Formats: sequence, C-alpha cells, structure tokens
Amino acid sequence: MARKSHVQTTINGETVEFLCESRQSLLEVLRDELYLTGAKEGCNNGNCGACSVILDGRLVNSCLVLGVETEGKSVETIEGLADPDKLHPIQDAFLENAALQCGICTPGFIMSAKALLDSNPNPTEHEIRYWLAGNLCRCTGYDKIVKAVMDAAKETSA
Amino acid sequence: MPTVVIPPLMRKFTGGEANITLPGATVREVIDNLESRHPGIKARLCEEDRLKPGIAIYINGLLSRGSLLERVDADAEIHFLPAIGGGVAEPSN
Amino acid sequence: MTEKKEYKVIGTRPIRHDGVDKVTGRALYGADFQMTGLLHGRVLRSPHAHARIVSIDTSRAEAYPGVKGVATAQDLPDAEDRIADLGEGAVNLKYLCDNILASDKVLYQGHAVAAVAATSPHIAEEACTLIDVEYEVLPPVLEVRQAMEADAPLLHETLKTTSMGETADEPSNVASHIQHQLGDPEKGFAEADIVVERDFVTGTVHQGYIEPHNATAHFNQDGQLTIWCSTQGAFTVREQVAEILQYPISKIKVVPMEIGGGFGGKISVYIKPVAALLAKKTGKPVKVLMNRADVFEGTGPTPASYVRVKMGATKEGKITAAEAYLAFEGGAYPGAPVGPGAMCIFAPYNIENVVIDGYDVVVNKPKTAPYRAPGAPNAAFGSETVVDELAEKLGIDPLEFRLLNGAKEGDRRADGPVHPRIGCIETVETAKAHPHYTAPNGQKHHGRGVASGYWFNIGLESSVTINVNSDGTINLIEGSTDIGGTRSSIAMQAAEVLGIPAESVNPSVVDTNSVGYTAVTGGSRTTYATGYAAYEAAQDVKRKMIARAAKLWEVDEANVQFADGEFSCINGKEEQISFRDLCGRLGQTGGPVVGSGTVNPGGAGGAYATHIVDVAVDEETGKVEILRYTAVQDAGRAIHPSYVEGQIQGGAVQGIGWALNEEYIYNDEGTMTNASFLDYRMPTCLDLPMIDAVIVEVPNPGHPYGVRGVGEVPIVPPMAAIANAIYDAIGIRMTELPMSPDRLLKAMGKI
Repeated sequence: MARKSHVQTTINGETVEFLCESRQSLLEVLRDELYLTGAKEGCNNGNCGACSVILDGRLVNSCLVLGVETEGKSVETIEGLADPDKLHPIQDAFLENAALQCGICTPGFIMSAKALLDSNPNPTEHEIRYWLAGNLCRCTGYDKIVKAVMDAAKETSA
Repeated sequence: MPTVVIPPLMRKFTGGEANITLPGATVREVIDNLESRHPGIKARLCEEDRLKPGIAIYINGLLSRGSLLERVDADAEIHFLPAIGGGVAEPSN
Repeated sequence: MTEKKEYKVIGTRPIRHDGVDKVTGRALYGADFQMTGLLHGRVLRSPHAHARIVSIDTSRAEAYPGVKGVATAQDLPDAEDRIADLGEGAVNLKYLCDNILASDKVLYQGHAVAAVAATSPHIAEEACTLIDVEYEVLPPVLEVRQAMEADAPLLHETLKTTSMGETADEPSNVASHIQHQLGDPEKGFAEADIVVERDFVTGTVHQGYIEPHNATAHFNQDGQLTIWCSTQGAFTVREQVAEILQYPISKIKVVPMEIGGGFGGKISVYIKPVAALLAKKTGKPVKVLMNRADVFEGTGPTPASYVRVKMGATKEGKITAAEAYLAFEGGAYPGAPVGPGAMCIFAPYNIENVVIDGYDVVVNKPKTAPYRAPGAPNAAFGSETVVDELAEKLGIDPLEFRLLNGAKEGDRRADGPVHPRIGCIETVETAKAHPHYTAPNGQKHHGRGVASGYWFNIGLESSVTINVNSDGTINLIEGSTDIGGTRSSIAMQAAEVLGIPAESVNPSVVDTNSVGYTAVTGGSRTTYATGYAAYEAAQDVKRKMIARAAKLWEVDEANVQFADGEFSCINGKEEQISFRDLCGRLGQTGGPVVGSGTVNPGGAGGAYATHIVDVAVDEETGKVEILRYTAVQDAGRAIHPSYVEGQIQGGAVQGIGWALNEEYIYNDEGTMTNASFLDYRMPTCLDLPMIDAVIVEVPNPGHPYGVRGVGEVPIVPPMAAIANAIYDAIGIRMTELPMSPDRLLKAMGKI
C-alpha cells in the first residue's frame, strides 16, 4: 500500500491537516478523507465541472488537482459559501430561479459562478455562458442557471 | 356487448375480422368467449391464468392494469396492444 | 373539467423543499454515502463486443493485498430461462442476470465480467487487471439492418422472433415484431394527390445524467440486505435484486439517496446486485461506483434506429394515409422501445388509414434503457420531417397543415384507442400565435423549423402517507425519488386540499420499508400519480379532521364544512376553527391523525408539444447554431410552473444535443471510441440561447387537478424541428442523426 503524505492546507478559512496517498486527487481527499461531499464526481477527467472548487482564488476541477498539491494553499468549497444564518446571494438566486432539478451539478455551478462574480461582478449573458461552459447540466437546459447568475450579479454588485 | 379490436397480427384467427362483438362482463369472460368462437387465440393472449407479459389491455382508451378480473361495461371497447411501460419501456420477447 | 379553476397553492412558485440542502452541498447522493468498515468495489468489463468466455481465473486478483472478495456470474443463483414479472414489464431472467455479470458470452464492449471488493477503490481497480479472462472473439454486429439480415452473426442462439404471442421457428436477432393497422392504407394512398416517402437513421445516444451509477450494499448477520443507491425507483430495485439474487423482498431494504439525473437510465439495475454479491462474500458493506466510461460503455443508451415513413395527402392538405417501418436496436438483449415509438409516431394527427410495423432487434451494444419518451423521438424525427415536406410541397404553412390534420378528443390513435381530451391543437395554435413564429428570419443560411410531438404518459402505483403535526403542518411520506422538484409538486397538491401553504408540508422520500409500494419516477408519472396519491391522502386527512371538528362541536359530521383551510359548522351553530388550530386539539379529540392514499390511475392523459427553432448554418464548417428556441407544451395543469418550464427547457436541450452532436462512435471491432464527456459532446450553456418555454393548460380529466405528465414529451420534437430549420436554411433534407458538421458538409457537397 502506498505510503501517505501529511498535508496542511486551509479549507473554507480553517486550517486542515490530512493524510493522503500521492495519487489521490483533491476531489478524493475532500470526499473520502474529509467527508466534504458537496463537490461531486461526474467524470473524473475535467469535463463536467461537478467537482469545481476555488484554489487560491482560481476556479479548478478538483478531480484534476492532487491532494498533495494543496499544501499551504487555500481551498474554497460549496460547504463554506453560506453564512450560518444566511445563504450566499448566488445560492438564493439558484433557489429563487428554480435553477436546479436533480441538483448534482449545482455545487459546481455555484462555485463556478462565484469565481466569475469575484473577478467580473457585472458579466453579460454571453460572458456568463462562456464562463460556465465548463460545467455540464443535463436537466435544466441552462436557461434558469444563466438567469440565476444574472440575478446574483445584480444582487452582489448592487 | 363489448367490442374487441383484434390486433392485426392475430387477425388470422378471425378470418381477417378486426372488430368482434361478444358477451362478457370481465376481461376473462370476453377472452373465453373469443376463444370459443375463434379457437387458438387465447394461447396468444394468455399464459396460465394471466395475460402474457408482452400484452397490455386498453379498455375504452385507458390502460387497464392488465388483470383478467377487470370488469368491462356492456359497450366497452377492448384493445390488446404490445405492453409498454412508459418510462419503463420493456416490451417482452 | 375544462374551465379554469382558481387555486391558492397550485400554480404558484414556492422555493423547493429540498432546495437549501441542494445549494449548500448538504444533500446526500448515492456516492456520498459513508459507513464504517466500507469496502470499495470495481467491475471488470469486456474489451470485446462479442466473444465467448472460455475461462475466468481470479486467483491472482484474490491474492492481491487489500482485496477482500471477487465475484463472477458463478456467484449468481442459476438463472433459469424463464420470465420474471418485475411488476412493470417483463424481463427474461437469464438476460437480466447475464447483463449484470456475463456467464457464457459477452455481448458488448463494456459488458461486466467480474467484480472485486478491496480496501480502497484504487486497489480494487488494480486487482481487476489481475483477473485473467480467456475469450474466443466472435464477429460483432453493430447496426440494426445488418443484424436483421439472415446471415448476420447471432447474439443469442435461442432468441426467436415473437409477434403478439406467436414465436417463429428459427433463431434470429429480431426479438419481436409489432404491428398496428387502421383503415385501409392502400386506399388512403390511392386517394392522395401527393405522397412523400423517406428513410431515416438515428445514432445511439446516452441519457447523459451527470451522476454515475452507484450502490452500497450491506448484509446483516440475520440476512437483512440493505442497499443505499441513486435510483429512479427504490421498489423496482428491490424487485430486480430479489429476482437476480433469488432472495425474498421482505429481506431487502432499498434506501433511495438523492439522485443526480436519470432520464430513464436509472431504472434498470447494473451494479446494485454486484454490490450485494460482494457484501455477501466479504461480510462487509461494499460501495461500488461507476466511472464515466463505465456509464457510457456499460449502461443503457437509447437505441440507434432505422425509420421509414410514407405519408400521403390531398391538395387541400388532408392526410389520407400513413405508413411507418421502425427498426430499433435493443442492444445486447431484447427491449428496444419500438412499442412506444409505434404508439407515438402519428399521434399528433387524425389519420384514417395507417399501418405501422415495429421491430426490436439485438446488436452488440449495451442493452438499451429508457430515455425520456423512449422511442418517440426516433419515430418523430421521421414523421415530422415528412409532414414538413408534405406541407412544403402543398404550399401550406406547416403549422396550418398541422391544424388541418390535428388530433382531437374522440379521434382514433393509430394503435387503436380513442383520444380522451388532449391539447394537441392548442399547442399548435399557441405556437402559431407566438411572436417567434412571425419574427423576421430572412438572413442567408438562417432557417426556421417546427415540429410537434406526443407522449402518452403513464400512471402506475403510488402511495402517500400524511402525518398531521400539532402546529398545523403535515409530514408527507412518499416513495417517489425526487429527480427534479417533485417533492414540491406533490406537497403542493396536498397543501391545496388542506388549505395550507406549501411551506407547511414537509415532504420526505423514504425507503422501501417505510411507505407503500410506489413505482418508478419515470413515464412522466410522478407529479401526476404520486401527486394524485397525495391528493387522496390529504382527502383522507380532511375527512378525519371533519370528524374531529364534529366531535369538538358535538354535531354530526355532515354539519361540518371545510373550505379555504377553515372548518365551520353549518347547522346554525356559529362555530369555526382553522386547520391549524384544530391540529392543536387532536390530542383531546381522539389522538393523532394520519391519512393515506394509494392510486393506480389509468387516465394519465397524453401530452403534446410543438416547438419552433431558428438556426444558422455555417457554410464553411457545417456547424449549426441554435439562434432562438420556443417550446410550447400542454401541461394539463402546471402545479409548479417553474419546474414545468424546467422540464420543457431541459428536454428541448437534450433534443438539441441528440439532433446536432450526440452519438456513440464505434470502430469496426465494436469498441466505443468516444466514451467521455469530452468526445461525447453534450450541449453546454455556450451552445444555446434562452429556451422560451410556453405552458398551455388543457386539464387532464384523469386527474383531480388536471395534471398531465410533462417530463418526456419535450424531447420528441427537437430533432425534426431542427432538421426542418436546416432545410429552410440551405434547402437540404437531413435524414441522419446527429446532424453534425461533417454530415452537413457532406450533404452540402463540401467534403
């Protein structure tokens, strides 16, 4: 059995230590070692975006990052987005707009949308579609997701 | 009396006739009466004491849940169709 | 019930009950399930499309450190060649078992051969490479027309064609033949002034749900088997696992976790019995997850098909006859949805003379599974293209042509039954009046197309229990897994009956030990049938609460009225009490109130859709861009309009993917060469405009609130609508799906 490495990182603002095999992806570490199962595995090769998290301010597919690579870095996941008594405006906008059906892609879309609005608070519809093209949704046809992100942008930039 | 619409692939039993009117208060009675008039047809519709899994009954345009015990009105129109499960499309062989 | 009724809850847009869990990452899907002592399973799959298994040697894998157990078909109970009734539809048990773990032959690349349980998923994966399987490779047959030829390689030596109960003498890849006939087609064609006949080919496509299949199983020492999984139907999983393992249903509990999409593809079981076998062998809980390639190669796509359609009409625009030949690939085992295809193909029209022949044919591809209106899109691609051509040749507007021939209540469907109240005409009229239809669209290589579609919808069994809380809320217990907001659409129907807000209902989807039998979330039945059960359960609560009010006021029950959430006395006493306040007094009037409802309704009520699409065809690259899309659909009654729109939009976009990009690409050996989301190209949001979903409401007489299923029909029209738009843009009739850039370039003579 492969020897495990010790990794110290920051997840959702908290310092976290874990042991992982060097072949384990960040997605596996989040889900199987830390029980943060909000990031989902849809393809495990960077095509569906269901595992999207933010690593040092940059949107990544956590299935394409190794767990050991997060040493000393900062990871934001869906679990850290809401305040204890209040959802993040993007989460509210997804609910208000009925922007989810089965919900499996939703955490990835929300993290992706957050990364977009962090860097571009007033995106056009085309910019939203371009940015979110790395996240697949099979249920909604994207209509209500795009509208939710447009609404969230209005809310956060107001 | 109820009318049975014979599926095209079974009309050889009825000499090509498509619509057969015959007595019966339940699906079972209707099939039994059909069998006595056109011997051989029941074996194509039923096995043991039930409809063959590949066959569905529509009574007056509504999918019946397939029981031979289903009651039929005096003026009912009965269709035997390939069984279809909607989202569970498993027509049997 | 044709007039519009006023409702308090129905038709509003509350936040869905499971919404917060799903936007915060809290909701637990099948793969999220954790348990102490959990082992991880992995399935070894066939590299060959068609081969005899000579031997399987698992000894090296079993000796690998960390491996706790290996299973093959040898571990399954002997599958007698018999028919097992699985509640809905019938399945040949040997086929069912062989598709779980191949016994004598592998019939498609990706066919499961063996499985390993180990202490980590990586070890299980490594151990799979240590299983030695000797194959005798056989020639594959990969296309439906080839498979039907007399000298085609046979997949099953014992399979013989059945035609409505009659079995042929010789083995064949044709599993069944069905036929519908109405009137006199020959006479009908003789009466036509114009006849159009074309043949069509559609590719193999996948449901494409984002969540791969998953299952965790555990056997207790007392023999109790529990399975945690994502499924469209927990009870169906219980039945299938019971059949495959020959184990009593009373000893199996299936716990439905949240489900990440299904579209029909999560009804059949694949790895659930495998997880159970491994759990039995190891004495530990075992979690088996598929990866994306497993999903493409090992689970149900929807069939490729060959469709020939011939239709005739008079100069005045009346369709006089129609003929269809449908040959669908069932994949490795019988079960292509050619029945639904045959039922739906001409259903938007009232045609007196029709003949339809359908064939279910096995080929060396994964066994097909239902996919959103299974069979109907393949069929409608043909018929709706031919209808467009008829209208064009007659110089009649295509929607006007549909109005001239549109199916109405009392008309006879080609397969025989008479239509109840349907909204076919209404969807066409609404599309015709929509601003999209009259908007200018004159640019070069831009085109507009329309198409209609039908899906019959199903009813089936549903059960609901309602427990009344003392604070005026209710807990609603149901067995329909929530794949797209149905907790809310079901809860809202109970809320409407009891005059309480949607937020006062706590809906829970529970396991198979905790609610009455409920059929799958499929066939567009959940809001219809489980909603109907919720209505009945709420009526039961209402009756019981009326008895409590009568007791409280010491009057006869007949003297208590209930309206708008208030009980009142109608015998002269000035008594009144709200539902909420009466809930607080249950203890003193007799104890808890529990209501239940069970249904198996026959009046699902068919659904119609008419779509309009504008496209631009890039002459240089052959790429088709969707510029504008409008989808009109009869929902009967939209309980939660946002989620009805969502179904319409999602279905339309799956249809767009099917029309333009999606297909399984095979090499000559029968290996799928594009088993990833990179190469199997589903639409992204950058490929699409907004999808304008327009809801028409023609109430279904078979439901107390008029609900019709909405989930499936929106995938029926898009392929033909887009093909018709491409014709409008470049003057070429596309007859093969997908209408990908290479096919367009070929059609335009560019390559």
